[in-house]
Amino acid sequence: MITAPLLEIAVLVLGMLILLIEAFAANIDKRVLAYAVITGLALVLLASFFVAPFPSPENATGFWSFYTADRLAIFFKQFALLTTIFVVIMMIDYAPVLRSSFPEPKEGRLPSPPEDETRRLESRRSLNGLGEFVALPLFTCAGLMYLVSAIDFVFIFVSLELVTVSFYVLVSFTRRNPVTLEAGMKYLVLSALATAFLVYGIAWIFGATGQTNLYRLTATLANAGTASGAALLGMVFVLVALGFKIAAVPFQIWVPDVYQGAPTPVTAYLSVGSKAAGFVVLIRVLQPFMNLPQTERLIFVIALLTLIYGNLAALPQTNLKRLLAYSSIAHAGYLLIGVVCFDVRAITFYLVAYLLMTLLSFAVLIIVAQQTGEEISDFDGLARRSPFLAFAMLIGMISLAGVPFTAGFLGKFYIFYAAVVQRQIALIITGVITVGCGFYYYLKIVRAMYWQSSSKTDTIPVNGLSRVTISALIVATIWLGIYPQPILDALKH
Amino acid sequence: MVLFTIFCPIVAAVLIMLGVPARKTALAASFLTFAAAVFLFASLGHSPSDFQHVTSFSISPEWRLSFTTGVDGLSVVMVLLASIVTLAAVWFAGAIEKHENAFYACLLLISGGIIGAFASIDLFFFYAFHELALIPTFLLIGIWGSGNRFAAAWKITIYLAIGSFILLLGLILLYQSFPLGSRSFDIRTLQTAASMGQITPDAQRHVYLLLLIGFGILISLFPFHTWAPEAYAAAPAPAAMLHAGVLKKFGLYGLLRLAIPMLPEGARHWAMLLVVLLLGNIIYVGLVTIAQKRLDWMLGYSSVMHMGYIFLGIASFGVLGVTGAVVLMFAHGLSIALLFGLAGELRKRTGTLDFDELGGLARVMPFAGLAFGLGVFAAIGLPGFANFAGEIMIFFGAFRDGWEIGRLHMFQVATILALWGVVMSTVYMLRAYRKTFMGTIREKWQKLPDLRPGLRVPATLLAAALLCYGFFPQFLVRMVAPGFSKFLSANKQTRSVVSSEVETSREISSTLRHGIPRLRSE
Repeated sequence: MITAPLLEIAVLVLGMLILLIEAFAANIDKRVLAYAVITGLALVLLASFFVAPFPSPENATGFWSFYTADRLAIFFKQFALLTTIFVVIMMIDYAPVLRSSFPEPKEGRLPSPPEDETRRLESRRSLNGLGEFVALPLFTCAGLMYLVSAIDFVFIFVSLELVTVSFYVLVSFTRRNPVTLEAGMKYLVLSALATAFLVYGIAWIFGATGQTNLYRLTATLANAGTASGAALLGMVFVLVALGFKIAAVPFQIWVPDVYQGAPTPVTAYLSVGSKAAGFVVLIRVLQPFMNLPQTERLIFVIALLTLIYGNLAALPQTNLKRLLAYSSIAHAGYLLIGVVCFDVRAITFYLVAYLLMTLLSFAVLIIVAQQTGEEISDFDGLARRSPFLAFAMLIGMISLAGVPFTAGFLGKFYIFYAAVVQRQIALIITGVITVGCGFYYYLKIVRAMYWQSSSKTDTIPVNGLSRVTISALIVATIWLGIYPQPILDALKH
Repeated sequence: MVLFTIFCPIVAAVLIMLGVPARKTALAASFLTFAAAVFLFASLGHSPSDFQHVTSFSISPEWRLSFTTGVDGLSVVMVLLASIVTLAAVWFAGAIEKHENAFYACLLLISGGIIGAFASIDLFFFYAFHELALIPTFLLIGIWGSGNRFAAAWKITIYLAIGSFILLLGLILLYQSFPLGSRSFDIRTLQTAASMGQITPDAQRHVYLLLLIGFGILISLFPFHTWAPEAYAAAPAPAAMLHAGVLKKFGLYGLLRLAIPMLPEGARHWAMLLVVLLLGNIIYVGLVTIAQKRLDWMLGYSSVMHMGYIFLGIASFGVLGVTGAVVLMFAHGLSIALLFGLAGELRKRTGTLDFDELGGLARVMPFAGLAFGLGVFAAIGLPGFANFAGEIMIFFGAFRDGWEIGRLHMFQVATILALWGVVMSTVYMLRAYRKTFMGTIREKWQKLPDLRPGLRVPATLLAAALLCYGFFPQFLVRMVAPGFSKFLSANKQTRSVVSSEVETSREISSTLRHGIPRLRSE
């Protein structure tokens, strides 16, 4: 029987192998590496379905005192693997853009080969840099997988760093582009600041309770004798760091610039993988503190601000990538409603829906952006040029807006169901207004694709793998919008 | 059979998107749907108060959510209306210049969605199917609309999105108002539980208010009505026919389906508010309609105004008034579809619908003039048309059965005021008819062709249905009234207006025959 920690080890070993191959077999076609990564991750994903859930016992020591393999953890390990597979597929599409940001190899380093050999090298060089570009997500993925299993503050910190450090490189990968460089710099500095807050918060909590394990922390805090003030202060600091990860207001300042500047597959990865893991950690970390009324009030305020800011700021955007950045903040707001109500299944379902529809939108964006651009006006008349891509984007957008028979609608349905149960009137009223805003800015893209006409009429080429991926995402979005039970069952205890 | 009526248009829409010849497929699909709806209507003869042809697929046992469809008397009437209007709208559409396939696919999607909403017994799918129309409407108005189409498309989409979201919250609250054991998305289960008094009056008030606002926005209840005339004026004629004729009835159907069996206390509590708002629909919007200078805007406003009568019938909460509301829904759907369809044909020929530009068109287009005249008289509520039957039942029902609020018999006052609405609709409808079809004809319109024979079929179909149900409204009443009397007589035991189903039907028929209600001493 496979045990849960083996999954992460497999991913890490795969990552190192890819790096070694990249280093020693410089002439290999980089696309092979990408396919190897996809195959490897798919195998790990397959294996993960045979892992039996094994929640850590309360009094566990050693490894199992900071690592748990409960249903939630295993589900989100699969989530991280799936996200990474999709991101790597997108990276293959993105390869031509990467090339433009790398220096040509120096002339005369190789003896000049014959004519057709040059062409072959030329085509290989077009994928220059792809090797590292597809290897790094493996480390991020391992980090995300550790993160969702972490039940000890120290382990949370370590795995969070694994995620963040690999993102430092990924975000600024196309470093020739000044916008990317700016994004990388902003991400580096602000992320480091958030990490500092995290460590400081952990220190306060440890100082107040003497615990870093979340289970034992719960027990200590439930003990009436403990002074909760200092621990609460520490929790606020931890919340700052996690708020940065999930893009909650007021820790969202970095999001639009970084999302816009980073290579698009990395943006997709940031907005799905990083956010999902952030929410899982948030749920686990808040569990001990949820009995304190201050926590709920604090999250309530953050949720309210995130909803309002994300949706209002998205309204005037004209760049699609930036719009998706603000929409990612907006969706963090809906997810935070779920956190206020502490409905784990609603949050999980929403995250799954968010994964599908966001990756769908980014997949289309990458393909279209290479032909025209990332502005919304670049999508003008897409329905004429490539009906398939336009339809995919339509499904992505209406799902993000929350139209029934898509996964996005059911996500909102479960979240607001929880909110109605708990009579969170203020959040519900804000939600009604922001959903209206959402319809406006998501349908702006639909308008561009279907209403507007464009001077360009040539079709946009889509390679086979992308076509299959996009079709799968469309089918999954609609399927989960009609039949959500598989996801709900996956978390049933 | 029910599944066929829902999925026939939807499957046809998908096929058309995949490249099957658009118009032929659309016509065939809507004709098959129509035939199936007629079959359903005919097959429901005995006991129309129960759901029949029920099929069910479980989706989420934990939430008691299932995809359950079936029809009872009320929904089969609405399904029939939807299928007739769809057939007429597709027929009227004709050849489309750009993206013909997408146009027909959008029309059929709207139609399939709304039939699905009417035929769903499950609360979730009842809601979700209606939303299927949202994006096609946005595209229809945005791509093929005229005039200020961009603003209109945004407005209707945002209004309807917010309205349906409020409605969704109302439905969630309704679901939660039941005790844990009887929570279900199955409307039948909920109705049974509600009749046992399992929703507290307090919860009823909250749910009813949310439903009233949510449905109200979808129905264009005053003051949420401003999206409707603008959107109908900008929409291509078939879209306006479907939207004003059928889609808007979804909200009214929802109130009849949910509020009457489940929320009597909520309805009583908010009756005063609803009466004031519906008088806004009738009086205020009526006056606005008189001031219109363009035919399409005038029709748009008139359809908003007529919603006021239907609301009056629903608010009266008596079998007579509510049945009248259904008859009027059916009749209004047909008459407004006829008028919008013909107005669309006029726009195609003349390029304008401004009253100042038109005039005397009946001379060159006698058939269109006749058909439009029939539509106009139906909309005014002339005896012989189904609209008359509906309105008279609503007025008598509201006058007799409405609640007294305080000392004032609010409903009697409202009925008297609403009667003036009929005068107003006479004014604007006849004036529009005069300015469009009567009087002197301009030089440039001398050569206009009349409707070609192909297009006379849908116009005749709509007018014939109006007349048929105008002379024999019992067909509709027999379908609908028993279902309502089951709940309303239980709700209003104190007044004991109705004692049995048979008596209700007999009473309504005698009302229709003699035109005078048999008022009873209470």
